[in-house]
Amino acid sequence: MSLRDNPLGELKVPLTWTAGIVFIVVLIASVAILLSDRREAFDTDAYGNPRTMADRVMAPVGDALSTPGRLTGQGVDGIRGYFFAVSENRRLRVELENMRQWRDVAIALRDTNERYRTVLGLKTDPPIPMATARIVTDSRGPFANSRLANAGSEKGIKPGNPVMSENGLVGRIVGVTEGVSRVLLLTDAASRTPVMIDRTNSRAILTGDGGPNPKLEYLRGQDPVKSGDRILTSGDGGVFPRGLPVGVAVKGLDGRWRVVLASDKAAVDFVRILLFEDFTQVADTRKLQHTAPPPPTPGATTLPPPVPATVPAAGASIPATPAPAGATAGGASPAPRTTPPAQPVARATTPAAKTTTPTPKAATPAQPAAKASVPPAKTATPPARPTATPAPKAPAPKTTQPSGGPP
Amino acid sequence: MSSGGARPLAPWRWLGVPMLYVIAATMVFAVPMRFWGLGLPEPVFALPVVFAWAVIRPSMLAPVGVMTMGFFLDLIWGSPIGFWAVCLLLPYGIVLGARSILAGQNQVMMWVWYGLSTALAIGAGYLFTMLDTQNAPYPASVGWQFLATVVLYPFADRLIDRFEDADVRFR
Repeated sequence: MSLRDNPLGELKVPLTWTAGIVFIVVLIASVAILLSDRREAFDTDAYGNPRTMADRVMAPVGDALSTPGRLTGQGVDGIRGYFFAVSENRRLRVELENMRQWRDVAIALRDTNERYRTVLGLKTDPPIPMATARIVTDSRGPFANSRLANAGSEKGIKPGNPVMSENGLVGRIVGVTEGVSRVLLLTDAASRTPVMIDRTNSRAILTGDGGPNPKLEYLRGQDPVKSGDRILTSGDGGVFPRGLPVGVAVKGLDGRWRVVLASDKAAVDFVRILLFEDFTQVADTRKLQHTAPPPPTPGATTLPPPVPATVPAAGASIPATPAPAGATAGGASPAPRTTPPAQPVARATTPAAKTTTPTPKAATPAQPAAKASVPPAKTATPPARPTATPAPKAPAPKTTQPSGGPP
Repeated sequence: MSSGGARPLAPWRWLGVPMLYVIAATMVFAVPMRFWGLGLPEPVFALPVVFAWAVIRPSMLAPVGVMTMGFFLDLIWGSPIGFWAVCLLLPYGIVLGARSILAGQNQVMMWVWYGLSTALAIGAGYLFTMLDTQNAPYPASVGWQFLATVVLYPFADRLIDRFEDADVRFR
């Protein structure tokens, strides 16, 4: 049948209109799907079945496609190693001599550290288990930076687990299924990582923007960072363990501080996925649940009126400041929840030396009396200034005002 | 086969096959490889096809194909679902509306039009990313992807040449 005989051959205008209507419907549907996407949640439910299924399909395809390139790279490395063996041998000898010196330093430092830990009774974080995986696909556009790794839930990987290469932090897991997991890179525009500057201990948020060097935001203090400073994870928030190497600070062309990522030193093909969740994993939660409750706050309305004779002994009578099981020194303390309320403890450890206060006439003199008799330099936390307390009518506070307060 | 030119254009020829090419090329370029320390660029292979589809003829299936390719890009690149579907549909709609203006233009002008549609798609992506993450994407990376995509116009030109006159109803 020729086109001239085809009755559908004259449907030019209706088809154009229909195509336009279909376009509008499809556009509205796409916008609705985009608005309903909950990628920012980064949890298992929000990752969704379509992504899970697609990752499961794409991982073996990407693995097969990357195999020729990987084998070629290994072959090239082998040939290069054969031809440059002599020069590499010389370089390695020099490096080995340097490393021997560092080994001696490391042994001495390890010995010192162990003694300090013993003296302080410091609890260190237990070693974190890891899973090894190979990267099979890589997206590196300006709007999304993520990779697929060929290890998934069968190895215990969960969303939020940090991912490292041999050189430094790469990103974290945002989606997991059987045999494959998706890694959100530090350079992704949606990535936020709490970091610290190794030299000054200043905190910042590493913010990806799709470029090769993510930004350092929310820096505080005067000159908290210099070019060349090492950047580590701070462990704040419990997303990452503290101290993972991230990179080196540089001043960007736009005048902002940026980070040259340590993981960019070499191609990321194999990664280590740290099976780390948060600090509750490394803390002894059973022990934390049996921590003694904090002492009552002196001066609280629920307390009975103080007996004058007991005021001097008030500080000494509350010695049972809860010694928290997990309140260890150092930033890597695995039990942040167990930090006791500082103010009641500080107020409670009052000395008896300055407690020769006359009998307070007012009905509620306990709070000023207790606060005013804080000893200098015996408490870890500075007490509240006496001027911040309500002015008591009793004469007792006048005689017990600390002259200088704690340093 | 003498009557082949008079037959209506089969959708799989001008929609299905190019879509498969796009999927294959995107998968190949998603391989984690480096050459002399540099990674492969990440062009949006779907854009030449989207531009060519809008120029060739209006179709009811083409917007669905555009949306499908957008979803595929979202799934492989890890962007929010619907992100690239919207980014691709916007230039498709604009070019489809301006189809009468584009008719008879020379190759250079068509390349300019293609560059404008690419800029629209990537500009929309820039805006959506800003709204989604409260964070502006790095301009150099955006420009790099724009350049890597603009140079793909010869593929769109080849597709247009092959199918523009395939259906006489839309000459």
